[in-house]
Amino acid sequence: MVGIELPPFLLFYLGAVIALLGGATWRGPAMIVVIILSALNLWQLPAFYGLETQLMGMELKPIHIDRLSLLFGYLFHIAAFISVIYSLHVKDKMQQVAAMLYAGSALGAVFAGDLLTLFIFWEMLAVTSVFLIWAGRSDKAYSAGMRYLIAQVISGMLLLVGVILYYQHQGTLMFSKIGLDSIASWFIFIAFGIKCAFPFFHNWLTDAYPEATPTGTVFLSAFTTKVAVYAMARGFPGTEMLVYIGATMACFPIFFAVIENDLRRVLAYSLINQIGFMMVGIGIGTELGINGAVAHAFNDVIFKGLLFMSMGAVLYRTGRINGSELGGLYKSMPKTAVLCIIGAASISAFPLFSGFVSKSMIMSAALKDNFDVVWLLLLFASAGVFHHAGIKIPYFAFFAHDSGIRCKEAPWNMLLAMSIAAALCLTIGIFPQLLYQHLPFATDYSAYDVSHILTQTQLLFFSALAFVWLNLKGMYPPELPSTNLDVDWLYRRPLPRLINAVGRSCLKVDQVARNGILSIGRAFENRLANLHGNDGIFSRTISISSMVAWVVTLLAVLLVFRFI
Amino acid sequence: MSQSQDFFDRPATLRLILNSLYVICALLVGLDFVIHRHTEHPWEGLYGFYPIYGFIGCVILVLVAKWMRKGLMREEDYYQQTRESKTENTHGGD
Repeated sequence: MVGIELPPFLLFYLGAVIALLGGATWRGPAMIVVIILSALNLWQLPAFYGLETQLMGMELKPIHIDRLSLLFGYLFHIAAFISVIYSLHVKDKMQQVAAMLYAGSALGAVFAGDLLTLFIFWEMLAVTSVFLIWAGRSDKAYSAGMRYLIAQVISGMLLLVGVILYYQHQGTLMFSKIGLDSIASWFIFIAFGIKCAFPFFHNWLTDAYPEATPTGTVFLSAFTTKVAVYAMARGFPGTEMLVYIGATMACFPIFFAVIENDLRRVLAYSLINQIGFMMVGIGIGTELGINGAVAHAFNDVIFKGLLFMSMGAVLYRTGRINGSELGGLYKSMPKTAVLCIIGAASISAFPLFSGFVSKSMIMSAALKDNFDVVWLLLLFASAGVFHHAGIKIPYFAFFAHDSGIRCKEAPWNMLLAMSIAAALCLTIGIFPQLLYQHLPFATDYSAYDVSHILTQTQLLFFSALAFVWLNLKGMYPPELPSTNLDVDWLYRRPLPRLINAVGRSCLKVDQVARNGILSIGRAFENRLANLHGNDGIFSRTISISSMVAWVVTLLAVLLVFRFI
Repeated sequence: MSQSQDFFDRPATLRLILNSLYVICALLVGLDFVIHRHTEHPWEGLYGFYPIYGFIGCVILVLVAKWMRKGLMREEDYYQQTRESKTENTHGGD
């Protein structure tokens, strides 16, 4: 490998070609080899490696590596490696090819040095990932995939418009800090925001991710939103509005997560909640804030992946994913249960688990910059995360009342993938320096002081106490088979109806107008028919003698005029 | 082996878990009075701030979410139903 310097995404795209041509038996292993080779390639690339080129007079930099993009690059390799192991049992060419292209596009996007390259990979992410949703091969998956694709493409179009305006304004396409100071930057901000699942633009995520295949959701949870977080961290650090958007994102989804029945949808809501924390960190924009956001993105890919994997294993083995239909699975799937609990402890930020070492950075950054209300909201969101992801997911799947389902333990490859993720959660939780030393800014931050540990443990244990108390009092909302309305209701119910109604009224106006014109025409026609028809004034026959009499009269009148 | 013999189904296990939770919670509140925490926000220094905030926060979370169900909850096949009834309608219209 040494001496050959390949763009980081290239091997993944080659891997997709291999997956396309290869036989079913060795497609999976070949993909693993490709990922390892790609990681080696990235590792041996020189620091600040870059490619520059020109297109129609525009300076482009398709590849640009710095500390920020490099960390995401490694993260995506880890995520792809774990996800491919998790899906080794899958013999579906479409999914495997799409997954490799998708992961490769994520790499292309984070190593894009200019906005045009970013746009290309931004769209590639959308187009390749939708196949992982469609691979669910149900009507629901098809329509959810369609809505997902529309949202993603709208994001891409906004980005393109923003990039064109930005180029006109700035005369450069280099992707560095953009800041919210022109129309162009607003377009780019909203485009990033849609992929970050900003409030009101978040339903593509909660709608589509739970409809993908058990393995597809694991891929999906790792890449799209994290590319967007990366783009936000590079383009809009220190944008104060992000702090408030982030705080909103951290808080509102947890309410939906508490009443949601589909456990993968619960995790989708919790994904938005975690991105909210990252947005706050980026919005604060201090070194601590950015470091916290990036570290949290890193950890989130792994622990959220672990949780999605455990729920995917449950879905794979039982065919069910609704909390109301599950329960007592620890008897059949004890290993999955333990691994799921490790993921749950990590996302809840228990000391010694990975979430703790990154979330506390963001909380500290918020306090240091006097965002007091935001800090209180994040604290509430932290307690809420434990409630809906930390307790609810393992409790309703593996414990609660026994559903009577008896199935096999998850297949070996799923257990292996989950074990790797769980090991990473613990390793980073116990040795946070391993992660800290790769963060964009050098840091001497330490999460492990007595105050932090004590306060976080207090917060979590009393959240657990609240769960127990509400359950014992019978006040905890039971899991019910249901659909909960969210913003997507607007474009799934009233909007189609509105469009139908508008269409119908247009049709009606059109019909009235046509009828009106037709009736006028018909009246004219009737009149003509009357004039020319039998007994019509123009079709009366007149005798020659009377004609001659009239001509003579006419001439006589003319003669009279001549003499006057 | 009957179901009730599984570890987590035994009432004794449940009691043990709950009792340990209560003891740990009590200990954690107790530690607040022993350990001097460094604080950055005035409220942080209050005794029992984190436990109370966590407990009340979660209770409010659940109660509000429960209340949200009244307005937002629909039957499971709410969206599919629409589509089916729509296709029926178009068939009827034809």
